[in-house]
Amino acid sequence: MIKPLCSLAALTAVVSVPFTAHAADNKELAEIRQQIKQLKDDYESRIQSLENRLKEAEAKTQTAQSTAAQANAKAEEITKSAATSPAPAEPRQASSGIAAFNPAISAVLQGTYANLSQDPNRFTIAGFIPGGEIGPGKRGFSLAETELTLSSNIDDKFFGQATLSVTPENEISAEEAYVLTTSLPAGLTAKGGRFFSALGYQNEQHQHAWDFVDAPLVYQAFLGGQFANDGVQIKWVAPTDLFFELSAEAGSGENFPGTSHNKNGSSSGALAARLGGDFGYSTSWRVGLSGLHTRAENREFAQANLAGADALNSFNGKSSIAIADFILKYAPNGNPLVTNFKLQGEYFRRKENGDLTFDSDNALGATNTDAYRSRQSGWYLQSVYQFMPYWRIGLRYDRLSPGTIDLASNAANLDTPGFNPHKTSLMFDWNPSEFSRIRVQGARDQTRPGVTDNQIFVQYIMTMGAHGGHKF
Amino acid sequence: MKLIFRLLAVCTLIATAPAYAALKVFATVPEWGALANELGGDKVDVYVATSPLQDPHHVEAKPSLISHARNADLVIATGAELEIGWLPLVIQQAGNPRLTPGKPGYFEGAQQVTLLEVPKRLDRADGDVHAAGNPHIQLDPRNIARIANALAKRLAELDPANASTYQTRYQSFNERWNSAISKWEKEAQPLKGVAILVHHHAFTYLNNWLGLKEVAALEPKPGIEPTSAHLSDVLALTQQQPVKMVIRPAYQSSRASEWIASRSKINAVTLPFTVGGTENAKDLFGFFEDTVQRLLAGLK
Repeated sequence: MIKPLCSLAALTAVVSVPFTAHAADNKELAEIRQQIKQLKDDYESRIQSLENRLKEAEAKTQTAQSTAAQANAKAEEITKSAATSPAPAEPRQASSGIAAFNPAISAVLQGTYANLSQDPNRFTIAGFIPGGEIGPGKRGFSLAETELTLSSNIDDKFFGQATLSVTPENEISAEEAYVLTTSLPAGLTAKGGRFFSALGYQNEQHQHAWDFVDAPLVYQAFLGGQFANDGVQIKWVAPTDLFFELSAEAGSGENFPGTSHNKNGSSSGALAARLGGDFGYSTSWRVGLSGLHTRAENREFAQANLAGADALNSFNGKSSIAIADFILKYAPNGNPLVTNFKLQGEYFRRKENGDLTFDSDNALGATNTDAYRSRQSGWYLQSVYQFMPYWRIGLRYDRLSPGTIDLASNAANLDTPGFNPHKTSLMFDWNPSEFSRIRVQGARDQTRPGVTDNQIFVQYIMTMGAHGGHKF
Repeated sequence: MKLIFRLLAVCTLIATAPAYAALKVFATVPEWGALANELGGDKVDVYVATSPLQDPHHVEAKPSLISHARNADLVIATGAELEIGWLPLVIQQAGNPRLTPGKPGYFEGAQQVTLLEVPKRLDRADGDVHAAGNPHIQLDPRNIARIANALAKRLAELDPANASTYQTRYQSFNERWNSAISKWEKEAQPLKGVAILVHHHAFTYLNNWLGLKEVAALEPKPGIEPTSAHLSDVLALTQQQPVKMVIRPAYQSSRASEWIASRSKINAVTLPFTVGGTENAKDLFGFFEDTVQRLLAGLK
């Protein structure tokens, strides 16, 4: 309707512009006029027909409404007289048209305000080789990741999901993009593409589902925040009433603690076993053991030397992580709406074996390569309590142990502090619906000896569109 | 040698046992579990995913649900998006293609009845809106009758060896059910046209069946907890027109309805909402019997 109207308006404008070309042939002019008239008539008739159709449609709805009213009255009569002869169900009509098969779309909007007493650019976790996304993020106002998720069944055998993340720096990355089988029997599912590895508890959760603004220190120190793999995964759920699940995956392992490799075959592997169940109707639990084995080639990191001069270093070798995790959720009678309680903890151990090159770009003129071995660990424990509808409070304690680090001859260049980085966070959030959350978090971050970063965050997380449920 | 044979025999028995084992049913809510037991008897092994006092809107895709869905032959759901927050996720993770929607192993009650209150507009600003219509279909016994009919057929389709059992049990259930409906309808005559308040807008099918007149809901919008401002408005409303009682499902907090009841001459009535929701709602018959009796008691 609008389109022909616009065309008509444009046409009228054209027609009303006085012809300045006096030299134009009269005949030609007449022809043009004739053409324009035809166009005009054509559009007028089209508009007329559209209007007629609209009227018809309106009339139809009216009759439909009145028949519906009659039907309702009838239905009432029927229900009055004969409960024993129920009316047949109305056939449900699926929506049709091009859009009918569109995937489910959801978007997560997030933003943060951070007040940090220490410069976030100088953030390090003492004794831990940094990598991935670590630290408390930017000071002041910042937009966090905007997530766009598309998901749908692909056919009768596959389901697909893509989560695109737009960073505050206006870069788009595929956070997850995978296909999942829906037709394998015997408790099996296979996944391929890019996905968060089945490691620990929190690794598989999207950032918007986390209970605190930032990832626990173990995730930052050992997995660079969160570990996603490009590869394949197979999961098996055992045929027992007690939940038992095994998963194995192979992938490119390009993310910290691994690096990209120019090689065939798999560069990283992960295994996980999970056990879960209920205690009555109110409590559910899950425990897991998982491991990641990956390789790093020239994994570069900046760390000051003993004299305090910035140096670029690199690590070559193997990295193996073992994780033990548990989650316990309590809600009276299984109703989390009014009050609920969650207790979650994870313990990480990492072994790294290989070579470390100090001053790899030779900026200090002191390049030195020697063996590197480390055995490090860490854990966190957190609990979140919803004390009344919509309001939750949470406490988390993080602690890392630098363990043993054998730098061989590089001990003359790099420091191995005997310091346990730790952090305490307290959060408070308001969830007016399952689609919105506003959170305040305070944290005391002591990840460097003698330095305390007092952090305050204010965060919002809002979800639009077809957002399905979250995993347990 | 004998021992080996015996062992072999035992092993064969164990290996072939599943062929004779009962049909494993995964019911999302207690009413469908109860219905499956009515129709299947000892031919079905029923697991109910939620407790009678659990809000069916807010269930988590917890490990125990995944492991039970892994082994199920049939899932009986309400549908109409009641289980949208968890059932798709559970089925996806269970690795059990028998339960894929569209397959015989996936049964939705809502497909068998006429849904009421299909929203004219869809907007999250309106609270928890169910796009397909109000999903609390179990509150009209005539809906149960329709669903029983379809479910009996589905059980026979999945377990042809016992088809005649399901048919016989269905016929017996249907007869008893229809006479019970007539009895309840007779008893519930005084409820016709009675004005009520509801906690959650969940009783549409019950109101439709018994002719109760819902004046207002204590929740300002579906799924949004009652606010004091809204409760005051509702209270003011009850002073303008006579309201007999305020009803709530057993899984919801009694605070709001007691607040209203204590400030007016309105009775606060708790309804079982599903099988097991109250002590007397032991099975489907008890569920409706108790519902009607509690409503009648609320008139006094």
